[in-house]
Amino acid sequence: MAVYFQKREVVVPGQLLAEGRYRSSFGTWMDEGGKIYSTLVGLAELRGNTVKVVALEGVYIPREGDLVIGTITIVAGNNWKVDIDSPYLASLHANNALRRPYADDISQYMDIGDVIAAEIIAYDRGTGPFLGMKGRGLRKLTDGMILEISPAKIPRVIGRRGSMINMIKDQTGIQTMVGQNGRIWIRAPTNEILQLAIKAFKMIETQAHTSKLTDRVRQMLEEGMAEIQGKEPPSKDAVDEEEPSEPEPVEESADASTSLEVEEPAKRMEVEAEVEVVEDDAGPVAEEKSEEANETEESDTKDDEEVKEK
Amino acid sequence: MGDFSAEVISHIDRNYIADILSKGERVDGRQFGEYRPLEIEPSPVAAKAEGSAIVRLGGTSVVAGVKVLTGEPYPDTPDEGVVMVTAELAPIASPLFELGPPKEDAIELARVVDRGVRESESVDVHKLCIEPGKKVYMIFCDIYTLEYDGNLIDASSIAANAALLGTKYPEQKLEDGKLVETGKMLELPLKNMAIEHTVSKIGSHLVIDPHLKEEMVQDCRLTMAIDQNDNFTAMQKGGGKGPMSLEMIDNAMGMALESTKEIRELIRESMKDAE
Amino acid sequence: MSPEQKPDSLMTAEGLRFDGRRPDEMRPIQMEVGVLKTADGSASIRQGKTYILAAVYGPRELHPRHLTLNDRAYLRVVYRMATFSVPDRKRPAPSRREREISMVIANALQPALFLEEFPKAVVDVFIQVIQADGGTRCAAINAASLALADAGIPMKSLVPSVAVGKAEGTLIVDLGDEEDKYGQGDVPMAILPNTNELTLLQQDGSFTREELVEAIEMGVNACRYLHELQKDALKRAYSKRATEEDDDEEDEEYDDDLETDLGEADIMEDE
Repeated sequence: MAVYFQKREVVVPGQLLAEGRYRSSFGTWMDEGGKIYSTLVGLAELRGNTVKVVALEGVYIPREGDLVIGTITIVAGNNWKVDIDSPYLASLHANNALRRPYADDISQYMDIGDVIAAEIIAYDRGTGPFLGMKGRGLRKLTDGMILEISPAKIPRVIGRRGSMINMIKDQTGIQTMVGQNGRIWIRAPTNEILQLAIKAFKMIETQAHTSKLTDRVRQMLEEGMAEIQGKEPPSKDAVDEEEPSEPEPVEESADASTSLEVEEPAKRMEVEAEVEVVEDDAGPVAEEKSEEANETEESDTKDDEEVKEK
Repeated sequence: MGDFSAEVISHIDRNYIADILSKGERVDGRQFGEYRPLEIEPSPVAAKAEGSAIVRLGGTSVVAGVKVLTGEPYPDTPDEGVVMVTAELAPIASPLFELGPPKEDAIELARVVDRGVRESESVDVHKLCIEPGKKVYMIFCDIYTLEYDGNLIDASSIAANAALLGTKYPEQKLEDGKLVETGKMLELPLKNMAIEHTVSKIGSHLVIDPHLKEEMVQDCRLTMAIDQNDNFTAMQKGGGKGPMSLEMIDNAMGMALESTKEIRELIRESMKDAE
Repeated sequence: MSPEQKPDSLMTAEGLRFDGRRPDEMRPIQMEVGVLKTADGSASIRQGKTYILAAVYGPRELHPRHLTLNDRAYLRVVYRMATFSVPDRKRPAPSRREREISMVIANALQPALFLEEFPKAVVDVFIQVIQADGGTRCAAINAASLALADAGIPMKSLVPSVAVGKAEGTLIVDLGDEEDKYGQGDVPMAILPNTNELTLLQQDGSFTREELVEAIEMGVNACRYLHELQKDALKRAYSKRATEEDDDEEDEEYDDDLETDLGEADIMEDE
């Protein structure tokens, strides 16, 4: 019985991590003699007697329930084919996106080049991935911009129970949805703030494996915002004026930690988007389904909280 | 490169870039007439190539290498050496580049850069003659794309010029029908230096040195070779089917003229360090 | 640059090689990870005057589709030499030699990769030789395996590779161009360091059975050294910022729970 790595150690493929009665998990392999090696560059971790390696790089591999941001590349019959920046093109069937009845030509709802926020509803190695757009906040994205970062860094962008992303929203006032596939949708009141937010996300991407990152990003953003506001003294008003039509929800981010949905990182990004689910008339929504999604979400949340209380 | 009509460009990217340009800004914070940071690494292939340079223009990088060979002149130009520039869009450089024989894009890149060098008569081909009608020097400048983040033409043109400028090769002479080295090292007989400058038209805006996202949404581009006397020696409109007015072309020429001197000086300065 | 001269002798009277190395001494080697930003993973290697870049894209969708494998990802390796990387200008079109070496490199890397995690997809490995001064296929394998790790492709281990040759009866490690051209033989190999098993073995020239066994042993030792360099290059690339940023922190206790953050999603999967 021995463990050959230190807490937070960057390990490389083939590195011996442990031997004896340990269990091999994600990012590791075990030889016949029970020795456990890393398969990835990443951070080695021991939980109980399970050894795993948290990846620091790698493409996005779909997982059911993930929120992803994709671009429609093909419209074929009742299906859209969607590039989600993974090895596999995703399929979105009209039944999983539109309220019935819908027109034969589904390209009038969403066409090639449109960008969507969707959920992975099914995936295994043989088939899929299949997408759905009936959950809360899932919709066509029409404005703002998409930033692409390494999908392996997305958990860090979200932070524990959304701590990082909420902090960024608090500091900058941007709206954002974070796709597990490494695509981040951002809508910012001004280009300066947008550039600052991008800088924050890039900082997280390059420093994902360092500690006290939230503090450093916060500090960078505070300084950045102070500079922006210092440059244009009436900037607070200016920011508000930029967005008169959005009765939107800075407060949601502000007290996100007390809100119910925020607990699970993968899901929590939908929170501010739900406001405008029905954006255009063909808005892909269906109530029943979204209810359902919600319930699972909340039950996850409860479990999580119970654990926390212990 | 530059004509992405076959790629799916997301509407969000398109709108975002157009929107930001209409506010007088660029996605990466540059001025419309501003190049990305330019870095030239002299002679990375010093042991095998007679001249070489790696050029990094923002996120785009290319390597150019020069081979000096000898051969027979073309019958119609018996006292002239040969200069040829080629370029390859290797799949190493971008997920957008595919394996297989060169596509139109690669051929256009090579031809535009080649014309920039040849039309300006950068190399004095008469001085590349060893023995008229029998032996001349043949200069091959081959360019490989390493990272593609837009505007390969300008990066390649800068790399080609830098590599040619740094080229040194052994002098040869014909003795009893055989080539022998004299022991002297020569530099290429350069009498001019033309640099390519590319301006993208996006909507009603013109931006110089487009990065990939700008290139993807551009209506078209105009590439201009400008020599050291500020004369235009080659032009190519491409990268899309959008038309351009005379006024726009004139403005594009102005933008190119504003950058050309600084870039030419940086090339000279960087290759001086090669010594 | 100028046409290469054949050295009078590849070995000196003192038993050193013509460039001053001992028989088992490698050339200076520099490896760097993450050198090409457009690629999913990348690495460069300078081994003597040999200079090679490797980039990995994928796993990604495979075109053309008829190459698709249903149970694993297709590993596609393309080894190319720049026209100016060799003393005479190489023709731009891919040569038979380049195609063969591409295949040999794929075979050397494949046993180390868990390609079954990505059925139907392709993992592309592109290798560009910028300057060739002997041992390019081995150097390419060293760099390619780093690029694969950098791309996050799961693998049993990195794959180090080296060539052992023979000059004037002496076995020598890591051949330079002249030793390659004018020596008596060449045995390129690659290993899985966990077991010392060979994943690449080629030979040309003339060796006795005993010489070959000894050559392979020398090569395996050299590979173990190269493996240390590879691990170091990878750790350097990934730990750099961590150490830079942490200079001012004595963080036995850090409130920002890194492992929890990064691991959360995966833990859920485990359970």
